[in-house]
Amino acid sequence: MTNIYRMPEFSLRWTPVWRRNLLVWRKLAIASVLGNIADPLLYMLAIGYGIGSFIPEMNGMKYIAFIGTGMVCQSAMFTASFEGMYSAFSRMFMQRTWDAIINTPISLDDVLFAEWIWTATKSVISVTAILLVILALGYGHSGLAIWILPLGFLVGLCFGAFALIMNALAPGYDFFTYFFTLMLTPMLLLSGVFFPVEQMPAALQAVASALPLKHAIDIARPLLMGRIPDALFLHIAVLAAYAVVAYYVALVLTRRRLLK
Amino acid sequence: MSDAVLKVDGLVKRYGGTPVVDGLSFAIERGECFGLLGPNGAGKTTTLRCCLGLIDPDGGTIEMVGLPVPLAARQARIRVGVVPQMDNLDPDFTARENLIIYGRYFGIAKAELDRRIPKLLDFAGLQSKEHASIRTLSGGMKRRLTLARALINDPELLILDEPTTGLDPQARHLIWDGLRQLLNQGKTILLTTHFMDEAERLATRLAVIDHGKLIASDEPRALIAQHVEPEVVEVYGDEARAWGETHGRGLADRIEITGETAFCYARDPQPLLKTLLGQSGVRYLHRPANLEDLFIKLTGRELRD
Repeated sequence: MTNIYRMPEFSLRWTPVWRRNLLVWRKLAIASVLGNIADPLLYMLAIGYGIGSFIPEMNGMKYIAFIGTGMVCQSAMFTASFEGMYSAFSRMFMQRTWDAIINTPISLDDVLFAEWIWTATKSVISVTAILLVILALGYGHSGLAIWILPLGFLVGLCFGAFALIMNALAPGYDFFTYFFTLMLTPMLLLSGVFFPVEQMPAALQAVASALPLKHAIDIARPLLMGRIPDALFLHIAVLAAYAVVAYYVALVLTRRRLLK
Repeated sequence: MSDAVLKVDGLVKRYGGTPVVDGLSFAIERGECFGLLGPNGAGKTTTLRCCLGLIDPDGGTIEMVGLPVPLAARQARIRVGVVPQMDNLDPDFTARENLIIYGRYFGIAKAELDRRIPKLLDFAGLQSKEHASIRTLSGGMKRRLTLARALINDPELLILDEPTTGLDPQARHLIWDGLRQLLNQGKTILLTTHFMDEAERLATRLAVIDHGKLIASDEPRALIAQHVEPEVVEVYGDEARAWGETHGRGLADRIEITGETAFCYARDPQPLLKTLLGQSGVRYLHRPANLEDLFIKLTGRELRD
């Protein structure tokens, strides 16, 4: 019996798979970036300026900057989720690209690792685009904001891994709707993207403190304001723990699906 | 050490307790085209997946290009090319890009790929399609490109899983020509198919498997001579069944009647042909025994799946 629970096998052979995805992305780069950032930008500008005219400041930040940092994290979350579900599913199931790859010296473990890194890469791309808009609008206060890029990568690893779990279980594209309605939408509303978590009742605050997106936002907001975040390592540890555990689960489920 | 490029010994693979491959053994010598025949569900694809190290066997040993599988499967796959049953070319790329990307999976350097790719496109008859998107290629072109892709690493062993399923006769002949060229160059081929004409044309040696077990293995002609009477008379029509019961059964060495056809197998067909001359309500075909007769005899007529 193939042991699907064995530890991940690491080799550098994953890089050509990541490069393959990059090449496809390059063919449609502009459309792809616009697709990834259109939503968050619209939210940021519409709500930021609209509601921002009633609430000039939120926790010592311009409201548009407040929501902007929320949108940076949100876009990292959504971009990696889309990539790990719809796009990965197309490659795995519809096009059988993974089947072709595992007939070469590249193993399924390498393929999944490459896809995981790729989901996070896509997150960094959209985070970069949104951050540039925030800076262009004049809301960046220090060079510390550059650290939001590696944060975007970590958020991408976290949600990319969740998405790859869904991918391994999905009978078809419709299945991914569950992830949006049961995971991402509550995450978006409870993690302090639009208003501070402290405004919510204690019970909801307790829920929020377990959500990875909340920890991402707790890092991003101070960075944009030019401050080192409080409890930085705790937030990083929570995000990293979610990412690593979810990736292992995704790997086991993917092996179960394809290596039989 | 033998010169076997692939050696499978006592292979066992079970799913939920049911053996799909059940003690299968065979060896493929360098330079031969070995055909693995069997009805759907006989265990052909499972055997191939075990050989490639994609699934771990429950028993037995595999040695591919001299390396133990699954232990050194990754190293072994560097020297093997695979044409899968279902097309899985990368639809986002052109023909040339598909070869480049696939070459990178093997870690082949850019300069070496630039040298190999024109030759492979030429081999596949796709020079003019070098920059064409995969979506614009016909089914036959896609198969040829898949074959070219499987050769990007200049493999010692080429594994083809039903390479011409779904192709029209012209496209099949082109694939066969390509495979014969490769055999002439000294490549070793493992082919699974359920097209008997394909196996008969290409394979130097065959193994017929069913229910995961090897039933017979030899050169195609020898297998037929060994298991099937040399001549066949097929009789069709409204009266075929009645004719078969009254005349055929007595005169043929072996007869099978299904629907409105009687298959008569005989060493000497003359008495059968004589009674058919004056028989109304039937048409008949007299031919030498072929691989299909062998296959049906060994694996039965009932439908699989």
